[in-house]
Amino acid sequence: MRTCPHGVEDGGEAAVLDDLDPLVGALRERGFAVVGPVARDGVIRFAELGSAADLPRGLADEQAPGFYRLHERGELVFGFAASPDAVKRYTHPPRSVLFRMRGGVPEKVPPRAGKVALLGVRACDLAALAVQDRVFLGGRHPDEAYRERREALFLIAVTCAAPGGTCFCASMGTGPRPTSGFDVALTELTGPHRFLAEAGSERGAELLAALPSRPAGDADRAAAREVGAAAARMGRRVDLDGVRERLIERRESPLWDEIASRCLTCAACTMVCPTCFCVTVEDGVDLADGTAERAERWDSCFTLGFSELGGAPLRSSGAARYRQWLSHKFSTWVDQFGTYGCVGCGRCVTWCPAGIDITEELERLR
Amino acid sequence: MIPAPYRVRSRRPDRADTVTLTLEPVEGTCPPFLPGQFTMLYAPGVGEIPISVSGHARSGGYVQTVRAVGPVSRALCRARRGDIVGVRGPFGTHWELSRARGMDVVVAAGGLGLAPLRPVIRELVAHGARYGRISLIAGTRTPATLIYPRELARWGRDLDVQVTVDHPDRTWTGPTGLITKLVARIVFDPGRTYAFVCGPELMMRATAGELLRRGVPAGRIALSLERNMKCGIGRCGHCQLGPLFTCLDGPVLTYDRVAALLEVRQL
Repeated sequence: MRTCPHGVEDGGEAAVLDDLDPLVGALRERGFAVVGPVARDGVIRFAELGSAADLPRGLADEQAPGFYRLHERGELVFGFAASPDAVKRYTHPPRSVLFRMRGGVPEKVPPRAGKVALLGVRACDLAALAVQDRVFLGGRHPDEAYRERREALFLIAVTCAAPGGTCFCASMGTGPRPTSGFDVALTELTGPHRFLAEAGSERGAELLAALPSRPAGDADRAAAREVGAAAARMGRRVDLDGVRERLIERRESPLWDEIASRCLTCAACTMVCPTCFCVTVEDGVDLADGTAERAERWDSCFTLGFSELGGAPLRSSGAARYRQWLSHKFSTWVDQFGTYGCVGCGRCVTWCPAGIDITEELERLR
Repeated sequence: MIPAPYRVRSRRPDRADTVTLTLEPVEGTCPPFLPGQFTMLYAPGVGEIPISVSGHARSGGYVQTVRAVGPVSRALCRARRGDIVGVRGPFGTHWELSRARGMDVVVAAGGLGLAPLRPVIRELVAHGARYGRISLIAGTRTPATLIYPRELARWGRDLDVQVTVDHPDRTWTGPTGLITKLVARIVFDPGRTYAFVCGPELMMRATAGELLRRGVPAGRIALSLERNMKCGIGRCGHCQLGPLFTCLDGPVLTYDRVAALLEVRQL
């Protein structure tokens, strides 16, 4: 994990950029596909950028349990919180072919790990990447395809200027200011509109040195501190004290049934979650030439087939499936990987069609 | 996640729906396995399932017993001599025979649970002097679903072997009913006994419960758990049981680690 040698608040070296277009251009020149936020279908998605003009300037999001709207407001380029797309899509894609087999010999299908620069990555998503690094690379069977995709990433982080209505990264200790794990970190400032940029890696420093910029002054640093401080005042929080043990004690709580009476077991929370890693495999044969293929696809502990054994699901009730998900995030993940499986991004709260709020449920399970 | 091609060297139908395959690597030698470990067996184009290794073939290669219950196991059971299947592994924890040295040994198998225990039994038959009293008890639905009948008869020359059936037919003269009844009958010194138990989860819990009642400590009762597995290497998430990944932390686990987890419904 790369660390930021000079935090902005430490008065380390920082540059001020007036415009992000040279940054996007320089990355493209270096062979990166530059992927960043764009407004599409009424939400912020991640997509490849042609230039900085594609970024969604002057849009802000409104997020609440089961609710997401974009509004025209302000002048910020990054004036919104987490979008349904997480970094996971680029390190652990929704579907990837593992091998093809013809004539009895399986052949590896190399991962498509083109160089990708992600622009506008939030601190919670950097934390999610660190969690995923432990999951995919920390064990006895490291995932080489993940490693290749991971190493192909150039990460440009952004300090969250506007926490979403469902965020709780401050409680999880993961944000809102990016402190490590990035190549370049930006803080968006106004009056006049500009970006304070700092390098978190050698190649980040090299990139910044190649851009038109001026050294940051005291006023720039003071303004950046204010952005981080304002964003820390977010609406939701969780109390982590004893949560791991509490969820073990609450395995038989009637609250799981009550939550299940609202949960649609639709799996949306697991699809938007930046750390959920579960997959299933799909096997098939091309009828034209007899080639057998195996692919890995995101799966969810909310589906009935997930726990199927001998023709019947082991977790047949919605209560058991919700319990599995929530307990994994805040309890058994700690046993398995030494961290929580939640980074406080709030996506599961926003994108739950029933508006089930993980922070509220944790509080009720106390 | 890429299987190695193996050739079906022999195929022995065990029962109407059960087949024992001997699989040999197309190239090179197969990695050694420890008793109780499993491989992910791949039926090309159909899918992959975890199957325990029941032994090394004399010619090299794995002996694995498959019962046809789903599309993948049906395809594997249909495989003919010379066909290619895929093998990944072996994976998982093993029956720790070294912990049973010098002790009385109870081997309890329910149904197909005899397959993962076969390498344990063969070791006990081959090196009986290393252990105290050895009992092998097995339960099966009907006399016709009992696997390895000839080997069971052979093992009976060296070990105390008892088989019970749930539903006897006219030919059956042995015990009937649950395997727990056999646990009550066999002779062992609970304070110095190690038990290897494999079968359906309810059978394992009942057997472990009976062994506990007779005084065998939970830490010396080893079970082999079964869960949905897609990867075998702790990555797909399917086989979780509380904090455990059954594929990495299991399948073989001692009862003290899993008793509380197995008591929770649908965990």
